[in-house]
Amino acid sequence: MTAEQGVFLFISFVILFSAYAMVTRSNLVHAALFLVVTLFGVAVVFVLLDAGFLAVVQVLVYIGAIAILMIFAVMLTQDNAAKEQESLNTNYGWALLLSALFAFALIVMLGQWQDAGAIAPALGAERDTVVELGAALVSPAGYVIPFEVASVLLLAALIGALVVARPQKKGM
Amino acid sequence: MIPLSWYLYLSAGLFGLGLYAVLARKNAIAILMGVELMLNAVNINIVAFWRYLTPQNMSGQAFAVMVFAVAAAEVAVGLALVISVYRRRKTVDASEINLMKW
Amino acid sequence: MSFFQDPVAAISELISNFLNGLLPQVWADLIMTLLGVVVVSSFGLIIVIFLIWVERKIAARFQDRLGPNRAGPYGLLQTFADMVKLVTKEDVIPEKADRLAFNIAPILSVVAVLLIWAVVPFAPGWIGTDLNVGVLYIAAVGSFGILSVLMAGWSSNNKYALLGAFRAVAQLISYEVPMLITLMVPVLLARGMGMMDMVEDQALWFIVLAPVSGIIFLVSSIAEIGRTPFDLLEAESEIVAGYHTEYTGMKFGMFFAAEFLHAFTVGVLFAIFFLGGWRGPGAQDFPLLGVIYLMLKAFFGYFIVMWVRSTLPRIRIDHMLALNWKFLTPLSLALLILTAIVEKVFEGHAWRVPALLIGNAVILILSYFITRAASRRATKERVTFKKRPMAKPA
Repeated sequence: MTAEQGVFLFISFVILFSAYAMVTRSNLVHAALFLVVTLFGVAVVFVLLDAGFLAVVQVLVYIGAIAILMIFAVMLTQDNAAKEQESLNTNYGWALLLSALFAFALIVMLGQWQDAGAIAPALGAERDTVVELGAALVSPAGYVIPFEVASVLLLAALIGALVVARPQKKGM
Repeated sequence: MIPLSWYLYLSAGLFGLGLYAVLARKNAIAILMGVELMLNAVNINIVAFWRYLTPQNMSGQAFAVMVFAVAAAEVAVGLALVISVYRRRKTVDASEINLMKW
Repeated sequence: MSFFQDPVAAISELISNFLNGLLPQVWADLIMTLLGVVVVSSFGLIIVIFLIWVERKIAARFQDRLGPNRAGPYGLLQTFADMVKLVTKEDVIPEKADRLAFNIAPILSVVAVLLIWAVVPFAPGWIGTDLNVGVLYIAAVGSFGILSVLMAGWSSNNKYALLGAFRAVAQLISYEVPMLITLMVPVLLARGMGMMDMVEDQALWFIVLAPVSGIIFLVSSIAEIGRTPFDLLEAESEIVAGYHTEYTGMKFGMFFAAEFLHAFTVGVLFAIFFLGGWRGPGAQDFPLLGVIYLMLKAFFGYFIVMWVRSTLPRIRIDHMLALNWKFLTPLSLALLILTAIVEKVFEGHAWRVPALLIGNAVILILSYFITRAASRRATKERVTFKKRPMAKPA
């Protein structure tokens, strides 16, 4: 058991435990905080996968923006009269069965894939993956079109969110 | 050394938990949190495949960045919708928001 | 290298030789890393004691009074007295407060600031960890501080604390945007995001190449740390005490220490990104001199923060958000575009520096005229009266 394997096992235990806690808490603020722990664990997994830039962007975007937005939404829409509500709806039995089956099927299928036992090839010492990622995102032979489309998507989401969440004025 | 299958099992487990959250929770915001879990699982998958199978080609990381952008956009619009619905119906319970016009 | 020339390298070599003899390599590396973590975070925490004293003395001098001068020579032991007082206060937790979040919030606040110190380049070769995405890392750990504000406001079970937390988070996430955009300007000028490379590329300080970006970075950082003129978060006449209303004793002490350490960290970051970091005469050969230069420049930045705090009045929240979204963000975007274009066009030319300076000056003058015209139009709209029917003689 190398140190890397130990770290991976620990962090995957943290991720799965806090994801389970997030899914089962009825207090939504606690669920959001467990979501933050899960997202941070995923960032650590990215570091293990030699994708340091993605790890930092994960913390910046998911924890710094999305998780905070979720906590805001939870705080703004909380019904104070009914504090301890049931968290699950009436279909939770079927949901449990379906998601367990799905995860199990995925695991079995992936385990039987021939390349599943592959070990990571060496990356090469002098590679700067950040520079290569930047070049890939803006070069015409790379992924500049998805990049530009993603920026248009973000602009549309920005305008859409503003319009949808605007307080409706009477007679407007 | 960590075999690729460990990362794939982790992302499958996380995806299953996210799917359970989407299907079984009442609160609309909790459903959105489940969707976030699923997107994160997909991201782990993409980056693991990039690292283990094609580390010289940057498409894995480029598409992980796209998934970040899409997730952020979706959360923004989704939460705006949830807050707007809360203003009208005074509830965010997904089983109660079942009428198109009232 | 002799001991005096590079003490840190000499000591770490001694310790690692000792450990490698005793333990297998993995454990020796782990212990060396942990030692590094302890040294860097202790440096950050111990300097807070000095910072609080400096702040109180200088704020007092700005206000034409002496400041603490009873506890020890020149009041140097005042901070210790304050800490003793805070530790001995009763630790009150509101009845319906959310215990876990209530207790974790102050710790997270301190952790968020200490994490920044992991990538600060103290001297050539002395850095916690030389990430190749150091600049983005700094932006990312700022978000932990925001999370701690939300947790503090929510878990206090207090309407006013929650409102204060909302306003604080609105301010913090708004001012992150111009801060990040102006951080991209030194990244462009240094052609990379690593902190050590950022300092080593500053043969000519970046404040000369991008002065307006430096000022915008300083302004948005002052807003990020919640200092006057942006200190709605904790102003005495505002919503009680904002998000830390319900905190007493050492928990409040941790928020307090985190705020001062964050202010000094802003000074350090301003020194690294715009004032040349540890660069100075003789710093390449004697790393200790590099640390001294960095601390001098950081204290200069911290002095500017304190100066602004003692001089300017507080601004209202709607003015503050309008300032951010209508002035700082477009200005910083324009500067980023200008820097990118000039860097590409004048790459390697001798005209690069004057072109950047002239471009900055042009954008500054244009923004002045645009802002003036906009405020004139706003004034004119407010002053014009609506036509009312006038009484006419029959």
